[in-house]
Amino acid sequence: MSRLSPAFAQLKVRNECALICYITAGDPTADLTVEIIKAIVDGGADAIEIGIPFSDPMADGPSIQASTQRSLDKGMTTVKTLAAISEARKRCPNIPIVPMTYYNPVLCYGLEKFARDAAAAGVDGAIVTDLTPEEANPWAETAKKNGIDTVFLLAPTSTSERIEIISKLSSGFIYCVSRTGVTGAKQDIPAELKNVVMTIKSHTDTPICVGFGISTPDHVRQISQFADGAVVGSALVDFIHNNRDSPDLLSKVKNVVASLKEATRLN
Amino acid sequence: MSIITYESSNSAVLPDSLGRFGEFGGRFVPETIIPALDELAAEYEKAKLDPKFQPELDLHLKDFVGRATPLYFAERLSKKYNSKIYLKREDLCHTGAHKINNTLGQIMLALRMGKPRIIAETGAGQHGVATATVCSRFGLKCEVYMGEEDIVRQSLNVARMRLLGAKVNPVSSGTKTLKDATNEAMRDWVTNVRDTHYIIGSVVGPHPYPMLVRDFQSVIGKETRIQSIEKEGRLPDYIIACVGGGSNAMGIFYPFIEDKDVQLIGVEAAGEGLESGRHCAPLTAGRPGVLHGSASYLLQDMDGQVAPSHSISAGLDYPGVGPEHSYLKDALRAKYVAVSDSEALEGLELLAHQEGIICALETAHAIAQLEKMKNDLKPDTFTVINLSGRGDKDMDTVVRSLELG
Repeated sequence: MSRLSPAFAQLKVRNECALICYITAGDPTADLTVEIIKAIVDGGADAIEIGIPFSDPMADGPSIQASTQRSLDKGMTTVKTLAAISEARKRCPNIPIVPMTYYNPVLCYGLEKFARDAAAAGVDGAIVTDLTPEEANPWAETAKKNGIDTVFLLAPTSTSERIEIISKLSSGFIYCVSRTGVTGAKQDIPAELKNVVMTIKSHTDTPICVGFGISTPDHVRQISQFADGAVVGSALVDFIHNNRDSPDLLSKVKNVVASLKEATRLN
Repeated sequence: MSIITYESSNSAVLPDSLGRFGEFGGRFVPETIIPALDELAAEYEKAKLDPKFQPELDLHLKDFVGRATPLYFAERLSKKYNSKIYLKREDLCHTGAHKINNTLGQIMLALRMGKPRIIAETGAGQHGVATATVCSRFGLKCEVYMGEEDIVRQSLNVARMRLLGAKVNPVSSGTKTLKDATNEAMRDWVTNVRDTHYIIGSVVGPHPYPMLVRDFQSVIGKETRIQSIEKEGRLPDYIIACVGGGSNAMGIFYPFIEDKDVQLIGVEAAGEGLESGRHCAPLTAGRPGVLHGSASYLLQDMDGQVAPSHSISAGLDYPGVGPEHSYLKDALRAKYVAVSDSEALEGLELLAHQEGIICALETAHAIAQLEKMKNDLKPDTFTVINLSGRGDKDMDTVVRSLELG
């Protein structure tokens, strides 16, 4: 069974919102990815989203596009990403780890093989950005057989009909996209977001985590008022890139994660 | 990939309700734009039932685009190959290529949906120009995404788009060509989906685009059918068209799909040669995958990363292809071959010398196929080539390549 549901249950008891941190596997290097995951866990994050790089990330903004490209340029692959996850899993036995990618790398790897190898590496769930319920069946069933949750996305444009379908299909959590747009740090939290989350909540008890444009402790604090988790991606990816040559990279990452995590504690 | 026999499924009713052509097509996109795709599909169904829609589109196609385009008997070319070769003159369409057939249809849908802003991707710039043209004609705001490399090799079309009032957004990511322009257009659409319609320029993308673009382009094949019977009293033996994304090919193939005796030949770009790895022939040398919203043949590496494509022709320089072509290939209904950069240049010269027509580099790939199949061309063989566009935009590249300067 995946680590996601128990983790959210525990957070609820502690009256905390989940902090989910996104990094791109292989940026700056595959070895550092393992160290960075450890630093993020030490900083108090509740789950890790790890990007398996894809050449054409159409839902991603400039930060993650550039990160993905750097990773691919250094020779990162799906196999190497799973190896890094496996390594991180040895050092962080309890943290839920959720790869985030696009369908083609998974399809190319082979759905069965990917699910098996990901489960063996210690993966808990998967987010496939361009896989919507209409096309997801082959993957979702294979994932389920291997104990991997399939996290679907919902958007501010989603109709109540789609919210209903996706609420039923999504396991582990539901990824609520904060705004119409691509990933990338933004100044504000959209005014409509709370209503979007509340609407989804009226359909399901599955935890709802909000991502896209969440970059500061203040954003996380605002999200924590009405959602079950906040995903910080581009801001962290940029932070890691800007500090990649610093001898204190890992302690800096830990500190930045700790300040984000602090914002999820509601009392 | 299993082989689907054509008889097992009636292509005339494809795609199915999920946008699938057999194993290909579908919708692989961020959730955010799914409602917009549903809205577009629903509006298209409504438009088809609206008795005013098609007549209005037909009027614009006639008076603004200049349709019907001629089916021209290429007399000297026919003499050279001792056969009967006709050219479907899409190069005579307003803006110089078939692309406007689709942009007109789609902008009428955008107007019906009340979307004030239009975006598009473009490779060679022909689709960008055709989009900018209809936006000017109907008074909608237009932004076109174009790779930086294509902006250099198709500078004339960039100037045309700007003159028509469109904003051209250079794309510097990835390969700086059509693939990445499409990524950027998708990102724009995900962001501005509520007030923006994305006019995709080929039979690619998520459902309903491959169907929509095919239907709007099938005016080419419908006319060709009627004209073939007028001129030769029968249907052609061969129909040849170049395939990048595949819209001009799909447009001329589609009305002939049920006519099993008509051989459909799609010509991909072999670039510097299939063995060089520098080409864009996914049907000839790729594997099924998912890019830009649909499942189709794709150029990709062993890890599922989309491979960079290469062609002398910007309009064919794309690693994917429309899903219906993948279906027609596996169903063995159409045959796909590939023609290299240098063979295409020879095709372009051949047409210029024999017929007084300077065609686009994309189209030149279809012309070059004649040389490759000359042994099959008998005196009574009736061949139609879709002359998808004119070559003005390519003069810089052609002058450099053929050292005419």
